[in-house]
Amino acid sequence: MRLSLPVLLRLSALALLIAFLLRPDWFEPVLKPLTDNNAPVVYNQGSLLMLTFQHLQIVFIATLAATIVALALAVLVTRPIGAEFLPLSRSLVNIGQTFPPVAVLALAVPAIGFGEKPTLIALFLYGLLPIFENALTGLTNLPHAVVEAARGVGMNERQRLLKVELPLALPVILAGIRLSVVISLATATIGSTVAAKTLGEVIIAGLISNNLAFVLQGGLIVGILAVLIYDGLSAIERVLARRMGIAPK
Amino acid sequence: MSGRIAFDKLGVVIAAIAACGVFLAPFATFRANRIVPGDAKTIFEALPSWAAMTLLIVLAAATIIALLRLALPWRLAASMAALAALLLLIGLAANHLTPPGNTYARVSPASGFWLLNFAFVLLAADSLTRLRLGPVARIAVLAAAALAVAAILYSGSWNGLSILKEYANRADSFWAEAAKHVTLAIGSLAAAVAAGIPLGILCHRVPALRDAVLNVLNIIQTIPSIALFGILIAPLGWIAIHVPGAAAIGIRGIGTAPAFVALFLYSLLPVVANTVVGLAGVPAAANDAARGVGMTASQRLFKIEFPLAFPVILTGIRIVLVQNIGLATIAALIGGGGFGVFVFQGIGQTAMDLVLLGAVPTVALAFAAAVILDAATELSASNGARTA
Repeated sequence: MRLSLPVLLRLSALALLIAFLLRPDWFEPVLKPLTDNNAPVVYNQGSLLMLTFQHLQIVFIATLAATIVALALAVLVTRPIGAEFLPLSRSLVNIGQTFPPVAVLALAVPAIGFGEKPTLIALFLYGLLPIFENALTGLTNLPHAVVEAARGVGMNERQRLLKVELPLALPVILAGIRLSVVISLATATIGSTVAAKTLGEVIIAGLISNNLAFVLQGGLIVGILAVLIYDGLSAIERVLARRMGIAPK
Repeated sequence: MSGRIAFDKLGVVIAAIAACGVFLAPFATFRANRIVPGDAKTIFEALPSWAAMTLLIVLAAATIIALLRLALPWRLAASMAALAALLLLIGLAANHLTPPGNTYARVSPASGFWLLNFAFVLLAADSLTRLRLGPVARIAVLAAAALAVAAILYSGSWNGLSILKEYANRADSFWAEAAKHVTLAIGSLAAAVAAGIPLGILCHRVPALRDAVLNVLNIIQTIPSIALFGILIAPLGWIAIHVPGAAAIGIRGIGTAPAFVALFLYSLLPVVANTVVGLAGVPAAANDAARGVGMTASQRLFKIEFPLAFPVILTGIRIVLVQNIGLATIAALIGGGGFGVFVFQGIGQTAMDLVLLGAVPTVALAFAAAVILDAATELSASNGARTA
C-alpha cells in the first residue's frame, strides 16, 4: 500500500483514537476549555475503552446475525422454491428502509424491555435490510453466460450457488454489510437512551450535564470508528473485486 | 400437483403468523394505570362475544383466500377486510375492557394484534406489488388509506386506546412538535437542495473538485447522527456568543440550530452525488444536438441537461427526505423538538404508549414521503423519456 495522504490521515486518526482510549488524561489540556465550573474533563462513570469494546461488540453480534439471516433469506427467494416470495421481499425491503432506526429501537423496547436486548434487536432488524437488498441485487444480476457455463460443465444447484453465484455476488454483499455496519454503529449510540452500554452513554451524559467535553469525546470516538471501519471494509471490497477480476467501480 | 390442492406458499406463511396471533398471543393489554405492567387479554376476553366471533370469521375467511391461489383483486380485498376488522375492533376492545367512568385504566394493542396486522399487511403488500400499480394509482391507494385512518380517528372509536389518551393529554404540544419535525426535515432538505444542486453542477464541470467534495460529504455521512448533533453544539455555541446578531436570529448551541445544520450536512451527499450522476448520464448526443442548434452553455444546462438529470436528482431528494424525517427524531435529544420529544419522554417514563405517539407518526410520515416521491420520480422519468 502506498503511503498517500488519505492513508496517512487515517493512520494518524487511528493512532489518535488508540492513544485517547488508552491514556485519556493526556488530552485533558485540549478538552479543558470546553468545560466550566471544574466539571470533569474525561468521562468518569466508566472506562472509555470498555465502552468502546461494548459498543463494537453489540454492533458485531447484530451484524453477524443479520448477515447470516439476510443471506439465507436472499438465497431462499432466489431459488425456484422461494421464487414466489421475491416480489414481496423486494417491497418489504423498500418499506422497511423507510422505518427510522430510532423508531425501530423505540418500538423494540415495549416488546422486550430496557437494556442491551432492544438495541441488539433493533440493530439486527435494521441491519438486515441493506444486506438483504444487496444480496438480492448480487444474486439476481449475475452474468448470464457464467451461470450457463456452470450449468454446462455439470455443476448441480448447490455447487453453482457455493462456487459461482455467491463468490460473484460477494463484493455487492460486502457493500451491503458495510452499509449495515455504519448504520449499526450510529444506532448503537442511540441505544444508550434505552440503557444499553455503548459510547452513546458518554454523549448523553454530556448533553444532560451540559458538558461539551463529554459530547465531543463520545462523538469523535464513534465518528472516527465509523469512518475507519467504513474505509477498511471498502478496501477489503476493492481487493476482493480485483481478485475476482471485476473492475472496481 | 395432480390430485392435491397446491397451497399458495405466502398463504401458508400468513396462515401460520395469523394462527400465532389468534391462539398464542394476547390481543390487548389492560393496565390499571399508565405505567404498571399489564394483563394480557385474548380475543374472547377483550371483545364482546359477537365481535370476537365476527373477527374470527373475517380472519379465517381472509386466511383461506390467502391459502388458495385466487386472483389478485380477491387477495387484496381479503387483506383489506381483515385489516379493517382488526383496526375497528381494537377500538371496541378498549371500550369493552375499560370500566365505565375509569379514567386511569389503559388499554393498548398487544402482540397478537400486531402479529395479525403484520400477516395481513404482508398479504396486502404482496397483492399491491403484483398488481404493478402505476404511480398515480399508488398515491391514490396511499390517500385512501390515510383517509380511512383519519375517519377512524375522527369518529372517536379509538379514543379509548392508550395512545390516544396520551395524545389527549398533550394535543397542543403534539401539533407544535409535529410542525417542528416537518419544518426541520423539509427546511434542511430545501437548504440542501439550494446549496447541493449548484455544488453538484460545479462538481460535474470541474472533475478535480468532484472527488474531494464527494469524499468529504461521504465522511460526514458516516458520522453517527447523535455524535454530529453533539459536535455541532460547540461551534454554534461559539458563534452565538461571538458573532453579533447571531443569537438574535435563533442560532444557539442547543436547540433547533445544531439539528438543522446537522440534517443539512447529512442531506448534502445524496443531493450532490445524484446531481453529478444525473448530469453525467445525459446522453452526449442530446448535448451535441443542442450545441448544433446554437444553444449557449446556460441554455443547455437549463433546457437539456437539467431536465434530463431531474429524475435522478429527485431520487436523491427522496433518500434525503425519508432519512431526514427519521433523523429529526434525534433532534429532541439536543432540545430541537420534533416527534422525538415523545419518544424519549416515553422511554424516560417507561410509558410505551407515549413512545408510540412519537414513533407512529414518524414512521407514517417517512412512509408517505417515500411513496409520494417514488411516484413523482417515476412520473418525471416517463415525462422526460417522452420529451427527449
